[in-house]
Amino acid sequence: MTPVVRMAGVGRSFPGPPEVHAVREVDLVIEPGEYLSIAGPSGSGKSTLLHLLGLLDRPTRGSYWLDGEDVSQLSERRRAVLRGERIGFVFQAFHLLAHRSVLENVALPMVYHRVPRRERVERSRAALERVGLGHRMEFDPATLSGGERQRVAIARALVSEPSMLLADEPTGNLDSANAASILDLFDDLHAGGLTLAVITHDAGVSSRAQRRVHIVDGIMAEGVAA
Amino acid sequence: MRLPRLRRRTRTEPVEESLSLLSDAIVEVAEDDADVVSRRRWQVQRRMAWRDLLEESLAGVAARPARLALTTLGTVLGIAALVTTVGIGQTAAGQISQRFDAVAATRVVVEPGSRPGPDGDMAASQLPWDADERVMRLAGVKAAGTYARFYRDMVSGSPATDPSGEGRHDVPTASASPGLFAAVRAQLATGRYFDSGHDERGDQVVILGEYAAERLGVNRVDSQPSIFIGDRPFTVIGILDSVAGRAELQDAVIMPHGTARQLYGVPAPDSVDIRTAIGAAQQVGEQAPIAVDPNNPELYQVDVPPRPGSLRENVTADVNALFLVLGGVALLIGGLGIANITLLSVLERVSEIGLRRAVGATRPHVALQFLVESIVIGFLGGLVGTAVGVLVTVGVSAYRDWTPLLDMRLAVAAPLLGAVIGLVAGTYPAWRASAIEPIAALRAS
Repeated sequence: MTPVVRMAGVGRSFPGPPEVHAVREVDLVIEPGEYLSIAGPSGSGKSTLLHLLGLLDRPTRGSYWLDGEDVSQLSERRRAVLRGERIGFVFQAFHLLAHRSVLENVALPMVYHRVPRRERVERSRAALERVGLGHRMEFDPATLSGGERQRVAIARALVSEPSMLLADEPTGNLDSANAASILDLFDDLHAGGLTLAVITHDAGVSSRAQRRVHIVDGIMAEGVAA
Repeated sequence: MRLPRLRRRTRTEPVEESLSLLSDAIVEVAEDDADVVSRRRWQVQRRMAWRDLLEESLAGVAARPARLALTTLGTVLGIAALVTTVGIGQTAAGQISQRFDAVAATRVVVEPGSRPGPDGDMAASQLPWDADERVMRLAGVKAAGTYARFYRDMVSGSPATDPSGEGRHDVPTASASPGLFAAVRAQLATGRYFDSGHDERGDQVVILGEYAAERLGVNRVDSQPSIFIGDRPFTVIGILDSVAGRAELQDAVIMPHGTARQLYGVPAPDSVDIRTAIGAAQQVGEQAPIAVDPNNPELYQVDVPPRPGSLRENVTADVNALFLVLGGVALLIGGLGIANITLLSVLERVSEIGLRRAVGATRPHVALQFLVESIVIGFLGGLVGTAVGVLVTVGVSAYRDWTPLLDMRLAVAAPLLGAVIGLVAGTYPAWRASAIEPIAALRAS
């Protein structure tokens, strides 16, 4: 089976002076259905790795295959299209659009992919049901709790049926009860066959993953940091 | 507040990408997407539906109503100033030409043309005595009359001959057909006009112009006063009060043509004065020489008023020039306001832009969204400004008791001008928005 992610010798440096090697050399394979956590302290390069994984940035070295397709040298436009199709982002700060209903927020990615309107509503409703928010579709996100907002963001990530859900500190802005419910949701999604990659500095979050890697000073290793 | 970083270009990114901002957004699926498309559950297209684009932009505009009002203020004022200026200008010009219409725009005068002769220019033809009756047959002619200036003799108000010359006045003498007075809208101060009976009999009766009457000391006609032209007595039967068309009548002693021909041998009238229906002057002017002399219409010179349209436009242009400049300045300021606030809004919405990029929006999508937002803002400003301008024009017209005149094309063009201003003003902010990296969205705000 084609791995969702295959990175070979991937590095990302920012031109200096001094030149900064944010990610030095990463070899990473994520198989379909895996639940991976990437842990590391701040400044370790995990944010850069997230950008590389999410096609928000391009490696300066090495190769990256997403669903078997070499994406390391694609044009900006192609990467934007692939991002919308293959990657479902979940952010620490939710990034929901204010003054738009929950349903509209979830449907946003489909706006850029010309999904027929009726299908948008159906898919958004299905995604919201999947995260347990089927009853909140017409709500203003501002009236929701933090945990509910993050669920909306997860529904938005799921609506494009991505190859991989990429979450960046998904519980960073949540209290422990809400955080636990989000992690439970991740477990459910994982059980349903979804591929997840969660980037976090929180050991409590990374410990929930099926497979754990950590990154320090731009170098990645399997397991938990010593 | 953290400012967004402009896009950091990496080695491998082609420069052209950001240059092809707008064209990209409306390109159909390219071939290189084809293999991917077949694998996916939904079609991936680069082009965003116009309806979606409009919806996203309108949502952005509507999110902050108070700010929207402030943003559009400059455009509203600018467009309102322009519409009011043009509207008041057109209305005022309309009033001016309406006044002209009443007198000048309905007045046509036919005179014999001139041609070079041995002693300078001489008349090229002679008007027939019944020229007025001939032109009366034309459609659009309300009244017509012939007029002749002729031999002058000193005129006095009394028969006594004063050797010193006192009491004798150098007053012009003229003759007219009875219809002339109607043709030039003459009003009598007292008495009556002469009629065709006087004309046929050659009665020695005269009408005095207002100033001629003053000079001759005649101010009433009920006592049948006489004046003397040379030694010939004439009965004054009427005194003019005002004349709209031919001002020289006010200075003259006017007798019927019949009398002038009998006593002075006047050969032909000098001119035909015609009063036309409103709007008929041009046409009557073309036809009158033919009616007067079908064989030689080219020998006559016709004096017609300028076309009402050209008159109005000339006045409008004069009135508007200055205020259009002022309106233009207001619009420039309005455009800068839109640019400024749209730019501010781009900086505030960095995370939204980043999010949109993360979920699949391309740079052109983002640029277009902000461009459409500022076009909508400009258009709304233009719409409100046009309404304000029309209201002010109507209000001023009502106050001044004018008929408001406004070119319909202006009411359509003004909001579009607002949209164009929005387009121009939004270009730079849209470019800035499209240059924001999606990475920005990932940073916690």
